[in-house]
Amino acid sequence: MSDPRVDSDAAEAQDQTEDTPEVEPIPEPEGDTEIIETDFEIGQDNFAKSWTLSFDIHQVVFTWSALAILAFIILTLALQDEVAPIFTAMRDWLTTNLDWFFLLSGNIFVLLCLGLIVSPLGKIRLGGPDATPDYGYMGWFSMLFAAGMGIGLMFFGVSEPMSHYASSMGGISVGEDGLRTDWAPLGGAEGDQAASERLGMAATIFHWGLHPWGIYAVVALALALFSYNKGLPLTLRSAFYPIFGDRVWGWPGHIIDILAVFATIFGLATSLGIGAQQASAGFDYLFGFGATDFGMVVLIILITAAALASIVRGLDGGVKVLSEVNIALAALLLVFIIAVGPTWDIFTGYFANLGAYAVNLPALSMPFAREDSNFVSGWTAFYWAWWISWSPFVGMFIARVSRGRTVREFLFAVLIVPTLLSVLWMTALGGTAISQVVNDGFTGAQDAALELQLFAMLGELPLASITSFVGIVLVLVFFITSSDSGSLVIDTIAAGGKINAPVVQRVFWAIVEGLVAIALLLGGGLIALQAMAVSTGLPFTIVLLVACYAIVRGLLNEPR
Amino acid sequence: MYRKILVPVDLGHLDVLQKALATAGDLAKHHGIPVIYVGVTGTVPDAVARTPQEFARKLHDLAAAEAERHGITATAHPLTSPDPSADLSRVLRRAVRELGADLVVMASHPPSPLDWLMPSQGGSVAEHSEASVFIVR
Repeated sequence: MSDPRVDSDAAEAQDQTEDTPEVEPIPEPEGDTEIIETDFEIGQDNFAKSWTLSFDIHQVVFTWSALAILAFIILTLALQDEVAPIFTAMRDWLTTNLDWFFLLSGNIFVLLCLGLIVSPLGKIRLGGPDATPDYGYMGWFSMLFAAGMGIGLMFFGVSEPMSHYASSMGGISVGEDGLRTDWAPLGGAEGDQAASERLGMAATIFHWGLHPWGIYAVVALALALFSYNKGLPLTLRSAFYPIFGDRVWGWPGHIIDILAVFATIFGLATSLGIGAQQASAGFDYLFGFGATDFGMVVLIILITAAALASIVRGLDGGVKVLSEVNIALAALLLVFIIAVGPTWDIFTGYFANLGAYAVNLPALSMPFAREDSNFVSGWTAFYWAWWISWSPFVGMFIARVSRGRTVREFLFAVLIVPTLLSVLWMTALGGTAISQVVNDGFTGAQDAALELQLFAMLGELPLASITSFVGIVLVLVFFITSSDSGSLVIDTIAAGGKINAPVVQRVFWAIVEGLVAIALLLGGGLIALQAMAVSTGLPFTIVLLVACYAIVRGLLNEPR
Repeated sequence: MYRKILVPVDLGHLDVLQKALATAGDLAKHHGIPVIYVGVTGTVPDAVARTPQEFARKLHDLAAAEAERHGITATAHPLTSPDPSADLSRVLRRAVRELGADLVVMASHPPSPLDWLMPSQGGSVAEHSEASVFIVR
């Protein structure tokens, strides 16, 4: 700045910004970070026509993922009977034969995160030493929780504890070939009600606790670090810079990003379709209508429309607000269940379950020499593959909203807090349902179809019609918050890591998601394609293991 | 007549902004009033700048160059938004209000049938801002 007038005015402008805190000034200097020197220019491979009406997309990633999505939909719809068995067989083969790999990798992710919390590397701040967080704790936490767990909490909160409880009570049964045919976790607890309850809760918490959040945390931390501290674009391939160097801007990177778009859109679309079936079953149960194709299509359209409104309003005005509404509603339902359900049992159960989780964790997470093979491949490995296939989407979204946090703070909020809350949620919902069976002899929830178990359980509590309604609204809102953040993430990846691409592009992705869900719902193939999406868990497990290495290298290279 | 001009600039599209920059420079010189160049960047690395500091530096350089070229007083006011494509016009309107500008000079594309798909930022600022808005085609 050679002109003195500019200098003085710049100082004046600084003063002004101090007087007007609402206009958020650029956080000037953010302190030292290790900016990676690369010749790559963000957006250099993008197709951006003119300023007046420009689409800003990464040519290769956008084109190939769009083509792949189209091809898979046509394939699934046209050759349903042929491809459906292939997709499900692929998933089953992976979770049966590579269960040890998923479990082992999951343990590595959790150990790395726990290690970083206590290590001196935890002090490093994402975005540089002087960076300030973009969001307050409440908004930040709401967003990461709403994107990360979402709908599963609604459907599995009641059914999974009950299922493990029942199989534990049943004990071990061995088939003629000497393999166990039961689904009980570990050795089960035949006939022992209290022990079965604890074991069932420990197994459930295992699937919803440290491990899924460790998986998300690894992806999110790698992306946040390489983007905010190293200056690389916010897209999955950036985490591979330490391995591939400048080659990540070529095909190795393209493939990673295409795979991420693919897994995200099919993961979201199939969940949307299956979720619409479940939600409409809930509508039918409560109000006696809705369980028709028409009803489900209307539901998908409504969910997509709400997600559209949210993404057009942006992160602050839409996604954050909706996530906060979501969490507030969930908290309301939780508090209600705790208050009118078996309050004391839930309270004591919380600590007992947390203890059971801690005690059983080593055995449950053991990758090798497991006797409970049905439980390991049918439950645990399936969950791990599922969480991992979701991790590009959730991880990238978490990274997007986590600038300005230290690594320790970040891991505490992404790993520890959600785990503690999941324990509470599972204890309240599952514990209440189990107590209905054990203490009241009510087996309605146990006998109900999976998607109705929550409502059957609520039906036994006071104000059932109100809470059931809150429950169904919550199901829908959880969907909307997954759909809107997913569309943001896909758009960013398909734009080569640019977040300022025209809004119409994210609208495009949200609509594609809804259309894919409707096509598969009407034409069949939801389950098959979900199996396909879960199968992407395998390549992403390798991606995540590499990301672990990249995180450690990247953190060590940061100035301290 | 006017006290302060605010010029929103998109550092990624300076080529199409030249006419707006020249217009703002002329007006500022004619009225002898200062110009504030406002730029909005996301928090993640972008083609224009890989860190918010780099963005701020580039915007300050632009202000300095414009001050030199037109012989006016110019300042830069870089802003961040977590989601610039959705927030841009809102962030700009707030900046106009809080920086006390009473004239906004900004470039915008000519009206097009596709505006419903991609509304113009200039139109949005003009519609909602209390300052006078000079849209440069």
